[in-house]
Amino acid sequence: MVNKIIIRNLNLWFGENHVLNNIDISIPEKLITAIMGPSGCGKSTFLRCLNRMNDLIEGTKISGSLLIDEKDIYSDSIDIFDLRKRVGMVFQKPNPFPKSIFENVAYGLKIHGVKDKGIISEEVEKALRDANLWDEAKDRLSSSAFDLSGGQQQRLCIARALAVEPEIILFDEPASALDPISSAKLEELLGELKENYTIVIVTHNLQQAARISDWTAFLMLGELIEFDRTEKIFTAPQDERTENYLTGKFG
Amino acid sequence: MRRFKQRLGFTLLRLSVFIVFLSLLSLVVFISLKGFKMLSLSFLLEFPRRGMTRGGIFPALIGTLLLCIGAIVFALPLGVLAAIYLREYTGTRKWVRIIRIGINNLAGVPSVVFGLFGLAIFVKLFGFGVSVLSGSLTLGILILPVIIRASEEAISSVPSSFKEASFALGATKWQTIRKVVLPNALPGILTGAILSIGRAAGETAPILFTAATFYTRRLPVSPFREVMALPYHIYALMTEGTKPEFQVPIAYGTALVLLLLVFAVNLIAIIIRSRSRRKRKW
Repeated sequence: MVNKIIIRNLNLWFGENHVLNNIDISIPEKLITAIMGPSGCGKSTFLRCLNRMNDLIEGTKISGSLLIDEKDIYSDSIDIFDLRKRVGMVFQKPNPFPKSIFENVAYGLKIHGVKDKGIISEEVEKALRDANLWDEAKDRLSSSAFDLSGGQQQRLCIARALAVEPEIILFDEPASALDPISSAKLEELLGELKENYTIVIVTHNLQQAARISDWTAFLMLGELIEFDRTEKIFTAPQDERTENYLTGKFG
Repeated sequence: MRRFKQRLGFTLLRLSVFIVFLSLLSLVVFISLKGFKMLSLSFLLEFPRRGMTRGGIFPALIGTLLLCIGAIVFALPLGVLAAIYLREYTGTRKWVRIIRIGINNLAGVPSVVFGLFGLAIFVKLFGFGVSVLSGSLTLGILILPVIIRASEEAISSVPSSFKEASFALGATKWQTIRKVVLPNALPGILTGAILSIGRAAGETAPILFTAATFYTRRLPVSPFREVMALPYHIYALMTEGTKPEFQVPIAYGTALVLLLLVFAVNLIAIIIRSRSRRKRKW
């Protein structure tokens, strides 16, 4: 097992607010790592460190080292736009662009300079296939992305992220706005995607974390309480707080 | 007692709306009745004749159109770019606030002051003379605050989730603005721009010293020529000349044309806005 992401002493402040506190974690390649914890524990903030989306928020201060493939992604020599191409992201609420299905997936290719129409439509098809959306969308690629159902929109967002060929995909509670059937389809898709991608998923849903993830991290008040193989976390947690959370004593 | 007070309040509200509506309506009806007789195709397409006591308003109509086009060509790109900068790029809050206060104050400056400014800067300093160009630039500055504000509103109404999605794919800020923010802000920006065209069409003071002429036999062949314009034409008809019995009806006819022009422009803006609202799904 290779560690794709290695994080040491990660601290993050929003202004005076110390949001992440001394986090040490190593995230394995081509597996699913779930980040769980009560609301406001810094899960999403942690996720957004990995593609530097927190940079967009004014007053963010960060310290520690965050290595992907042994390179510090916060060093000056890192091209942030290239980093975000390598580390894709899918958000909590499906957020397709108000464009056609095709244009949504092609967007990433175009901004990264792909001009050849043939290549673009090949890649769009591939991404839609990989996101299990091709059969539903192939006959209406030019219709608006908003004509799709919520679950389809979320898979479109995944296809959009896949099109630029990332190595890591971050999911920020991707199923929380979906109905159970769409949610099940999404989980199935995640299982397929881990063949080729390193996946980090933030989730509120404990059962979901238990079902799909290989490793699970438990975060509380900005601290990493426990990180282990999922079956171990759910059957024999080492820390009392993890156990209390899992058994529903709080959260 | 409380019920009585409520009734009194509602009556007051109704009365105000009624008065507002009545004054607008009477203005339109009055101008229409007075100007209606003059309206004809030849009134629109003929030059004034016999010391402006006969004929039409063709050169004034063309002049106003040219001034409006010139103003918008100048003010729209500048205003939109400024709005983008203010919304998306400015770092420190203090600067933005100062700039915004400046822009808001610009909106409150009396239009005759713009006229004097245009005279000093465009006509004299830049040497453009009394011309379509000077008038367009002056009107452009006049409508700039309106365009900036409308564009800012349109830009900030684009959901941030779209921008996040774009950034997360590795787009630069500029790519995100060009491909995600602007296309979605466009209907709002256009609505603001078109409304401001209506404003520019009706203004008299800014073109008084910078563009308008009392009477010319020719249409302008270059942007450095002076023009006739509808609002100034009304002013000229009512203050100059010796035959009010002929001139006053022409003035009302001109006023009606101007009024219809502004209504038409506003109607276009309303149509664009409602169409984009219907199409929009976010």
